[in-house]
Amino acid sequence: MTGITANEYRKSALRAGIHDGIPIGLGYFAVSFALGIAARGAGLNAFQSFLASLLCNASAGEYAAFTLIAADATYIELALMTLVANARYLLMSCALSQRAAGVNLPHRMLIGFDVTDELFAVTIARPGKLEPFYFYGAMLMALPGWSVGTALGNIAGNLLPARLTSALGVALYGMFLAVIIPPAKKDKILAGLVVFCFAASYALSRLPIVSAIPEGTRILILTVVIASAAALLFPRRDEEATA
Amino acid sequence: MKHNIYIYILIMAAVSYLIRVLPLTLIRKPIQSRFLKSFLYYVPYVTLSVMTFPAILDATENPVAGLCALLVGVVAAFAGAGLLKVAIACCGVVFLAEWILPLLGL
Repeated sequence: MTGITANEYRKSALRAGIHDGIPIGLGYFAVSFALGIAARGAGLNAFQSFLASLLCNASAGEYAAFTLIAADATYIELALMTLVANARYLLMSCALSQRAAGVNLPHRMLIGFDVTDELFAVTIARPGKLEPFYFYGAMLMALPGWSVGTALGNIAGNLLPARLTSALGVALYGMFLAVIIPPAKKDKILAGLVVFCFAASYALSRLPIVSAIPEGTRILILTVVIASAAALLFPRRDEEATA
Repeated sequence: MKHNIYIYILIMAAVSYLIRVLPLTLIRKPIQSRFLKSFLYYVPYVTLSVMTFPAILDATENPVAGLCALLVGVVAAFAGAGLLKVAIACCGVVFLAEWILPLLGL
C-alpha cells in the first residue's frame, strides 16, 4: 500500500466490486422476477415480496419459505426450512471467515448480510484476503436487482398472459439446475445423488399417504435424510468439502 | 389458523442472517467434524434437486412443457451455460412448448 492512501485503496476496491456486481445484479433482476410470482402465489403483496428479498437474499431459501407460507405452515417449520435451505451459506461464511483475518466486527456483520452463491463466488475468486469494500461494491449492484426484481415480478406476474407466467415460472428451476448440474458433471457421486433425489422426491409426491405430507415438510425431510445418508456413505475429503 | 406475513418475513430474515453472520463473526477456526462438513457440502445439491423435481412438471400449464424445460435446462447447464442463460433457455422452451404442444394434440 505504499504510494496510495487507504482511502484510494478503498475506492478502487469499491469500483472493482461495482464492476463485477453489474452482471450479478442484472441476472438477479431476471431470476427474482420468477420469485416474485412465487411470492404472490403465497399471498405476499409487492412490498412484502420486496422486503423478503431485501432482507433474505436467498433464492432457494426464499422459494422454500414461500412454499411453506402458501401452505400456512407454523413459524417453527418456516425457521427450520429456512435453516436447512440456506445451510450452504453457513459453509460459505465459514470459508470467507478463513480469509477475513484483520477484518473488524462491523465489516464482518455487513458482509454477512449478503453472502450469496454469486457474491461468494466473485469474492473468493479474488486472490488474497477479503476486501470489505470490494464486497460492498458488488452488494450495491446485487441488492437492488434482487429486491426490485422480486417486487416487479409480484406486480407484473398478474398482468402477464397465463402462458408467459407459466414460462417465467420455470426460471427458478432453470437457475437451480445451473447450480447443481455443473458440479454433478465432474463428480459421479453428485450425479448419482441428483438422480436419486429426483426419484425419491417424485416417489414421495405421488405415493399414497406420504403425498399428503405438505410439500415444504417433504423437502425438509428429504434434505436432512438424504444429505445425512450421503455424508455417512460418501464422506468428503477436506479439500472437497470446502470447494 | 392464519399466520402474519410480517412475522413470517422476520423469521426468514433473522434465520438467513444468523446463518451467514455467525460463522463469519464467531468461527475463527475451520470446522473439524468430517460428517458435518460432508453434510453441509451435500445439502445444497439435495435440497435444490428435490425442489426442482417433480415441481417443475407442476409449474407449467402443461406438464410435458415442464419436462421439456427440465431436459433443456440439464443439457444447457451440462454444456456450461451460466445461471441466467439456463433460466432463459428453460423459459423459452416452455413458451414454445405450450404453443406447439396443443397443435400436436398433447
